[in-house]
Amino acid sequence: MNISVKISVNGVLHEAEVEPRLLLAHFLRETCGLTGTHVGCETSVCGACTVLVDGQAVKSCTMFAVQADGTEVTTVEGLASNGEMHPVQEGFWECHGLQCGYCTPGMMMTAVQLLERNEAPSRDDIRHALDGNLCRCTGYTHIIDAVEYAAKKGRA
Amino acid sequence: MIPAAFDYVRASSLNEALDLLAKHGDDAKILAGGHSLIPAMKLRLSQPKVVIDISRIADLHSVNQQNGKIAIGALTTHYEIESSDLLKRACPLLPEVAGSIGDVQVRNKGTVGGSCVHADPAGDWPAAMLALDAEFEIAGPNGSRTVAANDFFVDILTSAVEPGEILKFIHVPATANTAAYVKFAQKASGFAIAGVAAVVDKTKKEVAVAVTGVAAKAYRASGTESSLRGVEPTADSIATAAEKAADGIDPLSDIHASADFRAHLARVQAKRALWAAVSRG
Repeated sequence: MNISVKISVNGVLHEAEVEPRLLLAHFLRETCGLTGTHVGCETSVCGACTVLVDGQAVKSCTMFAVQADGTEVTTVEGLASNGEMHPVQEGFWECHGLQCGYCTPGMMMTAVQLLERNEAPSRDDIRHALDGNLCRCTGYTHIIDAVEYAAKKGRA
Repeated sequence: MIPAAFDYVRASSLNEALDLLAKHGDDAKILAGGHSLIPAMKLRLSQPKVVIDISRIADLHSVNQQNGKIAIGALTTHYEIESSDLLKRACPLLPEVAGSIGDVQVRNKGTVGGSCVHADPAGDWPAAMLALDAEFEIAGPNGSRTVAANDFFVDILTSAVEPGEILKFIHVPATANTAAYVKFAQKASGFAIAGVAAVVDKTKKEVAVAVTGVAAKAYRASGTESSLRGVEPTADSIATAAEKAADGIDPLSDIHASADFRAHLARVQAKRALWAAVSRG
């Protein structure tokens, strides 16, 4: 039996009738057309599908859309505002925080969560916070640079 | 990886959830944070016809202290425990264990109750709950009952929660800062290959040591505990006691670690956990 859900995504309310087994990642990509959220391992390991649900970073491949009913979801598309990049996006741009770019949306959403909880993280704090996000290009050093840049920018 | 189709019901109270469970019986599964159930459903290892979502039952989402006891609602997330000021002060072992689980995203969503009921032999919580002598308050159709940690973890993926029942609260004693958790983790998942929680009471000269990841269910290392009963916990006495941390145990063996290696890790981690706990107190 389909279930009616109302989910606010990046400030826009999406109402839909969904199958209970529809994963939040697929709701965002297919129902909302927001393909910035990537689906990588599908097993809650790689973190490419990370989004914020009511401000909490979660792996959207391990959550049903029906569980997100009534919540506010932020995806990578919701980071920039008025054509201005979010400090985390600017950090990835300035510090070459990506190679192929597949892991990048998830990395950025987890980084946003980190900086909300800890505005001045050490490089170790950043490594620890990103341990649920895998980069198969292994470009971790530049990713840590990018988050460090964003932290400094955010405090400026 | 798409789960088999199911019907979804969101319970707004514990009584409603129990009624739904009674109505649907074996066809139903309880959904809290979903971080054990959903992966199993995606692999189709679990194919419930009905999923009962209890995640919004507010009463089960809390950490409260009363008369030296702390009641933790089953729906409290790992992150809420990790960041709880009350627990950091009153029972720091729990935030320490919580912070070692999975990753940030998993800790934001996974719940302490869901993890304990799932009873994964490599889960972190069973070690902490056993070492603290936690009590599990379980609701059923005929009221509540309380089960001691020692009886709660029954076997691999089997807890004492019966069909038709739902875990409500986990009660732990307030402890001073004399506990520690150390883990040799499976690198990719963070699950314990050998995790040891130790609680040291220097005044009574008693220790509690619990081991997870090593056997089909977490256990109290009774040989280690009796070796330190009434004894000053020094580097030497701890080393001797820790040698008994896998006595009488039938260790698991898999691609990550052989049975012998797991037993070895249990002994090494017991020593480290005890020493860390003693050094803090």
